[in-house]
Amino acid sequence: MQEVKRVSVREIIAERKSKKKLFGLFKLSRGKSVWENVIAVGLFACSVFTILVTLGIIITLFSETINFFSRPEVNLWDFLTGTNWRPLSSNPSPENFGVRPLIRGTLMIAFISGAVALPIGLGSAIYLSEYASEEVRKVLKPALEVLAGIPTVVYGYFAISFITPLLQRVLEDGLGIDVSFFNALSASVVVGVMIIPMVASISEDAMRAVPSSLREGAYALGATKFEVATKVVVPAALSGIIAAFILAISRAIGETMAVMIAAGATPRMTLNPLESVQTMTSFIVQVSFGDAPSGSINGQAIYAVGATLFVITFLMNIISDIVLRRFREVYE
Amino acid sequence: MSADQNSNNHDIVFTTKQLSVYYGRQLAIRDIDLSIQRHKITAIIGPSGCGKSTLLRSFNRMNELIPTARVEGQVYYNEKNIYAEGIDPVSIRRHIGMVFQKPNPFPKSIYDNVAFGARINKYQGDMDELVERSLRQAALWDEVKDKLKDSGLALSGGQQQRLCIARALATEPDVILMDEPASALDPIATLRIEELMEELKRNYTIIVVTHNMQQASRVSDMTAFLSIDRNDLEARIGILVEYGATQRMFIKPEMQETEDYITGRFG
Repeated sequence: MQEVKRVSVREIIAERKSKKKLFGLFKLSRGKSVWENVIAVGLFACSVFTILVTLGIIITLFSETINFFSRPEVNLWDFLTGTNWRPLSSNPSPENFGVRPLIRGTLMIAFISGAVALPIGLGSAIYLSEYASEEVRKVLKPALEVLAGIPTVVYGYFAISFITPLLQRVLEDGLGIDVSFFNALSASVVVGVMIIPMVASISEDAMRAVPSSLREGAYALGATKFEVATKVVVPAALSGIIAAFILAISRAIGETMAVMIAAGATPRMTLNPLESVQTMTSFIVQVSFGDAPSGSINGQAIYAVGATLFVITFLMNIISDIVLRRFREVYE
Repeated sequence: MSADQNSNNHDIVFTTKQLSVYYGRQLAIRDIDLSIQRHKITAIIGPSGCGKSTLLRSFNRMNELIPTARVEGQVYYNEKNIYAEGIDPVSIRRHIGMVFQKPNPFPKSIYDNVAFGARINKYQGDMDELVERSLRQAALWDEVKDKLKDSGLALSGGQQQRLCIARALATEPDVILMDEPASALDPIATLRIEELMEELKRNYTIIVVTHNMQQASRVSDMTAFLSIDRNDLEARIGILVEYGATQRMFIKPEMQETEDYITGRFG
């Protein structure tokens, strides 16, 4: 017995020694076939490729942004605090390059779509995780996820061909409130519908990850199904649910096509969702469709706006990452 | 069997009549007739898979959480059939506490864990007082009184299990069902749970499922021995083989099968 043990330890040491580390990036082992090593290198290349592309995007984005801000017509402070966005005016000056109307338009869409998607998404997650039978769940969940597969341009036309006329009929004809043909509310509603599957699906995963022993514990104390869902399962899955919310809001912030079609392209410092607004992404598309030559002030402005958007969504992703990490620690 | 059950009705908490439980088409336990005495500890013993937990879970209708489960026969709780039509299992469970095999405190503070049941029952009295009383009864107060706001999951396994007992006590139940409450604990924590059961028996009726023969003989007053029906080993149907006072069951069991199991010849 002793002898056997010693031999095996020696073998392990020998095997460890045979593993050469190439720049410490992957372990190549002498005992294995060449093919194995080729695979390891290939997979490594795949992951490096993604990182390089991301780096390339970031470099392009920020170098053009720096070029933009080194122009005499603009400066960073007025860009971040100004309330007028008139990049196409014949007089390019700092007061025409204030990004806040775009940020406000973006946040308004994100806020209203969140108000649509979060309650409905969470409600369907609770239903799927706690109430639905296995058969119902098997049908409903994929059906819900189909919503996520619809091209966003379709959502945009759904907004102007169905939701906007509906709003006009109800609000304008019924209550006498002015509704622009292009308006933020219509766009927000479809973006909200668009992100429901994301909220529902991720929240439901988080809720199903809650151990059933916790549910049993609550049932045994005389909790009703609704109490089990709202007082035990949702709190235990809260970090996952919050992460789902943040991801969905990030998606709403980044959404372009549907918003562009339904909300129009009027940068405006407004809080009225029935007016047309412009978001950061729809500005980028608007200019890209025109013929702003590269190196022109407008050609560079889209990079500055893009960088602003990047920073906002990047921060949100970091927040959701922190929240998700906490989520892993909740029940051990 | 009958000699032990001849107590008057007032001392009987539960009576099962022809109780059978199915999971889908599989019959798990068949025709169980059993009476549980008040303020006693009743142990349910038997080999793995003979339906001990299924029987225990019939007393608070927890089997219903499994969609395919079906119950036949009656269970009388204080002479009322809890499986009768129109009886809400939620109201049954508010009188019958349960402690599980693996400690399952909620990922909430110690205080909120204990207060959970009382809150959903809309407890009107002094919550702080109730929490303290329940934790004292569960012999946990001195260990946690300075950290009631800490997570219940920060406690050791034995403490977590006592927290779960405190949580059950806080709903002021009549009966406490325990499903192998010490099987996930070390011997010292097990001993504490057993001492606690001895304490609790003065105010509560306890039914405990256990794998541990010594535990059954140490703590229980009555023992029910369940086993797999030998006439049909393939089907694995749990039946009640023998039920009686623990002392007699362990010294002079009536059935050969009980003796074989207790002396470790099978199981």
